Amino acid sequence: MTAALEIDGLRVEYPRGEDGTFAAVDDLSLVIGAGEIHALVGESGAGKSTVGNCIMGLLDPPGRITAGSIRVASRSLDIATGQVEGLRPGRDIGAIFQDPMTALNPLFTIGRQLCEGMRHHLKIGRSEARAKALELMRAVEIPDPETRFDQYPHQLSGGQRQRVVIASALSCDPGLLVADEPTTALDVSVQATILDLLRDLASRRKLGVLLITHNMGVVAQISDKVTIMRHGRIVEHGASRQVLGEPRADYARALIGAVPRLDRKLHRFPVTETQNTAETAAQARLAGRVRGATDEGTDLLSLDNVGITYGGGFFGAPGFKAVTGASFTVKRGEIFGIVGESGSGKSSLASAIAGLLPIDEGQMRFCGQPLKMRRGQSVRQAIQMIFQDPYSSLNPRLRTGAAIREPLDFFGAGDGLTPETLFEAVGLPQEAAGRFPHAFSGGQRQRVSIARALAGQPDLLICDEPTSALDVSVQARVLNLLKDLRDRTGLTMLFISHDLSVVRQMCDRVAVMKSGRIVELEEAETLFTRPRDPYTRDLLSLIPTLDGLAPAPQLAGA
Amino acid sequence: MASTMKRLTRVMPPYVMVAAAVGLLIILAAIFAPWIAPQDPTSTMSFNLMDSELPPMWVEGGDPRYLLGTDNQGRDLLSAILYGTRISVMIGAGAVLLAATVGVSLGLVAGYFGGWAETVAMRVADVFLSLPAILLALLVAGIARALIPDADSVFWAPIILIAAIGINEWVQYARTTRASTMVEASRDYVRAVRIMGLPRWRILFRHILPNIVGPILVISTINLAAAVLTEATLSFLGVGMPPDYPSLGTLIRIGNEFAFSGIWWITLFPAVTLVALVLAVNITGDWLRDRFNPKLEGKS
Repeated sequence: MTAALEIDGLRVEYPRGEDGTFAAVDDLSLVIGAGEIHALVGESGAGKSTVGNCIMGLLDPPGRITAGSIRVASRSLDIATGQVEGLRPGRDIGAIFQDPMTALNPLFTIGRQLCEGMRHHLKIGRSEARAKALELMRAVEIPDPETRFDQYPHQLSGGQRQRVVIASALSCDPGLLVADEPTTALDVSVQATILDLLRDLASRRKLGVLLITHNMGVVAQISDKVTIMRHGRIVEHGASRQVLGEPRADYARALIGAVPRLDRKLHRFPVTETQNTAETAAQARLAGRVRGATDEGTDLLSLDNVGITYGGGFFGAPGFKAVTGASFTVKRGEIFGIVGESGSGKSSLASAIAGLLPIDEGQMRFCGQPLKMRRGQSVRQAIQMIFQDPYSSLNPRLRTGAAIREPLDFFGAGDGLTPETLFEAVGLPQEAAGRFPHAFSGGQRQRVSIARALAGQPDLLICDEPTSALDVSVQARVLNLLKDLRDRTGLTMLFISHDLSVVRQMCDRVAVMKSGRIVELEEAETLFTRPRDPYTRDLLSLIPTLDGLAPAPQLAGA
Repeated sequence: MASTMKRLTRVMPPYVMVAAAVGLLIILAAIFAPWIAPQDPTSTMSFNLMDSELPPMWVEGGDPRYLLGTDNQGRDLLSAILYGTRISVMIGAGAVLLAATVGVSLGLVAGYFGGWAETVAMRVADVFLSLPAILLALLVAGIARALIPDADSVFWAPIILIAAIGINEWVQYARTTRASTMVEASRDYVRAVRIMGLPRWRILFRHILPNIVGPILVISTINLAAAVLTEATLSFLGVGMPPDYPSLGTLIRIGNEFAFSGIWWITLFPAVTLVALVLAVNITGDWLRDRFNPKLEGKS
């Protein structure tokens, strides 16, 4: 049996500084057999996408392959040019990218995009290409291919588009498929079907698949073998079951331990972190400042039959109803979760509670008082929010210290609460106050965001997908921080996420939203062990299972 | 700021560096005209009608006292050009400042609040765009001259010119600012301060404005060149600076009357100065625009 892909001792260098170099990939070797799905896993900056680019000849200068060999379709890579001689990208290798929204040309019909490559590579006629395209669309389970053939990308959903991308990647019968984060931009229910499809195609077509991903659940669900990378080097590799079940390297163990689990709730994520005494002390100083933290269990926020509509109004034109009849109560001191797929209305609800969107039905009450979009300063101060994208949530022109001082001065917090204390409370060094946001990593920026939100000494912290843009180990640390803050200061949180596993780890009670409605509201433990609503059951069954994963290592003192 | 300058000069291609140097030289010479000019061309005491229409120094009949020759009143042409450039640049900068203040304020309000404020501001901007700039400027200058008795005085003439030119240029600022403001306003850092309940003016000027200042500066360089050119046109047409306080445009107009009688220098040297200044500022501005355009980033 010939291998679909053989990489031996690959090294990729980027120039750094005046004449130094930096190895983005170092001494990487892997073999993918026909019909085998090989997962390449690592956090951002591990070099996994660079490997994918090398294989497809897409490595951009100044990056350079300096050693090693790549063999695809029994052809070898020429190190000097970085190209595999005689390799036809698109014919010998199919590629699937992360974002199905941008992978297709919006001006061409689906049929044209599928036929183009085939007619070029296989030298076949129009009608033959069409027949083959329709057959491919059936193979990737696109319903009603004849109609879809003449439609444009915008007429298809995200999942359907990703199927078209897969069909297009397969159109010239390549022996190897490189899939770079193929399901990261998709909802869980769509992700599950796409993964099934890949699994199925790989075994039926004897296709080697290099699956580049950061998601351990995806790895566990469909891959045969796995290679874990860190800083360009292989940390561990082997059969997926074995690596995930009994990781040997420390880093692999930490990485797998940081994955939020759906099956069991842990008090904290078992990641190595330096929780210093300054942090604990600073958090304790915040503790006395959360108003009413003592009357835990009373109602803090209640929504009664809330509806939110976008647009419409003119001449009775109906707007888009983002949320309908949402009712729930958030008690002091709890973490209340809202889960749902994209478009379920969970973020609209958060914006309305934060005072960024008006509601047009029902009413909200906060601390017993009606909560409107126009609200007094003390209410604004009491409800703060942290956002999903750490790169847009901080003003790039403002030093982080100034960004924190602004709410402190504005709210008149005074009495000894300084940016430095807040930075310590979120686990950042005091010197961080003097730097601009671009000097921070994504996880650190999210900590600055949390510090800014805490500057208002809020009663309620709205967390809108606070970790979905972060690497798994960074996510674990930020989630631990949020838990610590709750435990030490009695802060109430409204936690919004699409990730059920994260919600399971974080929340006391959970509302599940679908198409603007709350379909189930339950204690987290009950919801995850005995879901009542069929939609919740569906969602839970679609999450990649981590059964084979190593049990989380016991954390000393946890 | 110093590091930004260093970074900019490192990536500057040579032709931009030459343009920037020429532009800077002309503007500095204009600013320091009273100290470096051999003569004060605005004071009738300092020049002699007997010296009128002398050719440049290196031409036969030239006088070593007058490097570029003299005009029809015996003024040293080099001094007149230095003072004229000073007036032109000042009027240009004034017009840009006026246009930027009006345009940026309207753009911020339109982009952030939307609604009727946006509709009104942007439709007015459309009306202004549909009128030829020079006609509008002539109209403003004409009306002002009819209303103000001593419109040709050294006090009123520049103010009228600044208003006449500025009224055209605010539109571009308003449109650019509005678009950039809309992008920034949707970012989470703005939502965070909105949740906090910061006053709107503070959100606009402390948080949004510093993030959109790049494109505004770029428009300003290009608009400065355009304003200097419009000023020259108006002065050339006789509705600009009076002959006793000549701008570059006034000098070109004066010289134009003599050009066909062989006295070419009065119109040529101011014209060359004007072209050099406008070209230098435009090249620098164009390059800056490309640098600040995020879509072209990394493709310099």
